[in-house]
Amino acid sequence: MATSTPPKPVSQITEATVRFCGDSGDGMQLAGTQFTNTSALIGNDVATFPDFPAEIRAPRGTKAGVSGFQIHFSSTEIYTPGDTVDALVAMNPAALITNLGDLRDGGILLINKDAFDKKGLEQAGYKSDPTEDGSLDGKYKMHAVEMTKITRLAVEGLGLSQKEADRCRNFFAMGLVFWLYDRPLDPTLNFIEDKFGKRPEVAQANVAALRAGYNYGETVEAISTQYHVEPAKLPAGTYHNITGNTALAWGLITAAQQSGKRLFLGAYPITPASDILHELSKHKNFDVLTFQAEDEIAAVTAVIGASFAGEMGVTASSGPGIALKTEALGLAVMTELPMIIINVQRGGPSTGLPTKTEQADLFQAVYGRNGECPMPVIAASGPADCFDIAQEAWRIAVRFMTPVMLLTDGYIANGSEPWRIPSMKELPRVGVEHPGPSEAGETFLPYKRNERLARPWAIPGTPGLMHRIGGLEKQDVTGNVSYDPDNHQHMINTRAKKVLNVADDIPPQKLDGPSSGDLLVVSWGGTYGACATAVHQAQASGRRVAHCHLRYIHPFPKNLGEILRSFDKVLVAELNMGQLNVMLRSQFLIDTQALNKVQGKPFSVAEVLHKIHSLLS
Amino acid sequence: MSIQSPLPVLKPTDFASDQDVRWCPGCGDYSILAQMKKVLPTLGVARENTVFISGIGCSSRFPYYMNTYGVHSIHGRAPAVASGLKSCRPDLQVWVITGDGDGLSIGGNHLMHCIRRNIDLNIVLFNNRIYGLTKGQYSPTSPLGKKTKSTPMGVIDNPLHPLSIAIGCEATFVARSIDTHIQHLGEVLKRAAEHRGTAFVEVYQNCNIFNDGAWEYAKDRDAKADNTLELEHGKPLIFGKERQKGIRLNGMEPEVVELGKGISEDDLLFHDEKSPEPSLAYLLSRMRYEDGLPEPIGVFRCVDAPRYDDMINEQIQEAVQKRGKGDLQQLFRSGDTWEVA
Repeated sequence: MATSTPPKPVSQITEATVRFCGDSGDGMQLAGTQFTNTSALIGNDVATFPDFPAEIRAPRGTKAGVSGFQIHFSSTEIYTPGDTVDALVAMNPAALITNLGDLRDGGILLINKDAFDKKGLEQAGYKSDPTEDGSLDGKYKMHAVEMTKITRLAVEGLGLSQKEADRCRNFFAMGLVFWLYDRPLDPTLNFIEDKFGKRPEVAQANVAALRAGYNYGETVEAISTQYHVEPAKLPAGTYHNITGNTALAWGLITAAQQSGKRLFLGAYPITPASDILHELSKHKNFDVLTFQAEDEIAAVTAVIGASFAGEMGVTASSGPGIALKTEALGLAVMTELPMIIINVQRGGPSTGLPTKTEQADLFQAVYGRNGECPMPVIAASGPADCFDIAQEAWRIAVRFMTPVMLLTDGYIANGSEPWRIPSMKELPRVGVEHPGPSEAGETFLPYKRNERLARPWAIPGTPGLMHRIGGLEKQDVTGNVSYDPDNHQHMINTRAKKVLNVADDIPPQKLDGPSSGDLLVVSWGGTYGACATAVHQAQASGRRVAHCHLRYIHPFPKNLGEILRSFDKVLVAELNMGQLNVMLRSQFLIDTQALNKVQGKPFSVAEVLHKIHSLLS
Repeated sequence: MSIQSPLPVLKPTDFASDQDVRWCPGCGDYSILAQMKKVLPTLGVARENTVFISGIGCSSRFPYYMNTYGVHSIHGRAPAVASGLKSCRPDLQVWVITGDGDGLSIGGNHLMHCIRRNIDLNIVLFNNRIYGLTKGQYSPTSPLGKKTKSTPMGVIDNPLHPLSIAIGCEATFVARSIDTHIQHLGEVLKRAAEHRGTAFVEVYQNCNIFNDGAWEYAKDRDAKADNTLELEHGKPLIFGKERQKGIRLNGMEPEVVELGKGISEDDLLFHDEKSPEPSLAYLLSRMRYEDGLPEPIGVFRCVDAPRYDDMINEQIQEAVQKRGKGDLQQLFRSGDTWEVA
């Protein structure tokens, strides 16, 4: 071979955070996903934060159309996609102006210089070109690279139109960042072969662009250092990088298989829950029936029909869709049929921020139905946890004959992290019982309860168990329609008690840190990572702080009150205006503090840490 | 080899539940209930394999009175509940009981989509042209000008015609009967049950409390022969007390003609319930008493088409054939994985 450039120094670091950002059509989600998978495959712990607009294609080059994907990768265990960015890839001026604020001082800035023309700068609101006017100098390690031009040269001769050639730009950017962080190209080369194999010229062009980016990093003198992050020491096993929505879908399939049930998903497309429908519809060979209903109401009522039929009924939606399902959830509570209602929360109210994350549907989940209408509510803490909690939701639903509300959020649903593949032995079995045929003349009592207060799940086709259920109040035991005042009170009490009995069937609340101290940080759902990291950092600086992350929200674990009372102060951190906080204050009469944010973004570690320090100073 | 034990011979009373029927005395629903109990034992389906699903309204109390499985669901949603049930359990015979308000107003969307999917359900819509359970507001089938509790100056919204809607959704089985026309009603219900796919049956039903006599022109002993027309497959459209009148097409319009006087049966419109095109059925559904035409009763349309409940399960079988029965470990290890020692 001809000349080879002398190798550049490699700097060993423990972790880094990279963000790709550009126009919605620039392929940033793909770049981020590839970078994530590659980092996971070489053994780093990873956490990701895809962030994209609700519009599919906002006008090109505008701030409204900027799409980003952030990856935090590390040689140690991590819980968040990172507060600040070490390297920012900005494919156009709009991406730069909207994302620069998150780049740390001295961070690496990789810019597609070709997009910084007059029109692009104007659309972003720049008066002068920041790559030339000196405004970025000294603050960041900026590299303005003519990505469009170099990509076009790299793919020359492959017979692509200019438009097609320009679509390879994201692979150039990827190649450059792959070099910068010393990542192998093979996983991406395999991906290109899989995805574009049917159009060899496009596959070749993407490979050429990827390699051009990688070689650019290797050869250009201006980029002087390469970084290396060693594999993390995760527990032994086989790993898969997984998003929350995929983990949830796989958990549901597992729960169905482990309980010997067919899985019936009734769903209506809604962001950010649709991927659950997409994923499940791919796995029909697991006896999965997916019913894309005419609306949210049909989705949940079809699920009620499926549960009555004796199968595992699941509906998945987001806040506005759950609002539409509300009346049917009342019917599910009255008929006491097992099913799972998934709310992948997004910014509200109304249509709100469809692609952004929030935790403001907690009241809706716990209280948001007409009448006294309790159901268990549980929440996933991260992408991988979605796999386990789907199974836990089904276990509770079946054991207590009740709909179960499972909360996740947009951040968990689209974010990904390594998931250790469980062995079959580790997967819990869910025992399901249906009463068998009854003798002629014997009266079947559909609302006769067991010790947990669960009623029998008698399914059509069973001789002798014919019965009618519905939304009207029922007489205790017989299930016949009853308007008797005392019976109504009794049934209201019984349904409430049954749900509270779930607390006898779940593990006690765990605590991360000392069992008593100055401050307890309480969180739930997708804020787990930021709160856990902040508490660990506070503990490391000598603070007597512990973290209590709730998985079971209704009912609460039985020891929760005791835990809360063991700390001088309690901080409840959540991405709403204080909903869990209100629940804890009203139930336990404790003067808790709140950390709230509703900006469509997750907590940063720094925000939580700052609040911890301010409460302890 | 297991031997299937023969179904016990059932009587109409075997299908009666132990609940007191609570419709108003004189309500047309009693007659429909009685016919249903008569028809079911003739179908050879066990009670435990029969399910009634309803929404909300007077008619929707129906499941409570049947000794079968049943769900009295929420307003308008019965077709969706039944769709989930039937998709999971194609082995069951599923009936949907609804009304003009339940099926065409709050639940119109579900009715439309259920019909277009051709799920194997039997939908019986009790049409009394009024809201009975909420005590007398106008319904989507109330005629223009009708004075009700909520329209003291008369209805100003154009009424819907249930069969036109069903045919517009290309229902594969569409029929109409009348609550008091008991033998006819029984036959129509039986045919609906035997049809594979969504069977949609409209029953003219009298609400003697809030809309008494709404269908008098079709029920009155003397008038009904002139105001209704019993459809028979392959036969000309003839009606009238003396069967002296017929329906002829004048261009695209049906018109009433007197037989004799140079007009023979061959000049009349012939009914063809098997016509793949729904146009004839639609034309029949638009024949209205108020326009001087007899209103057809009987089976408007009965054609065969693929059913959603079959296909959703066939796709599962196809997926299993192509990819093998789902294996969790194989699923978990699909795509890129890596080992940590």
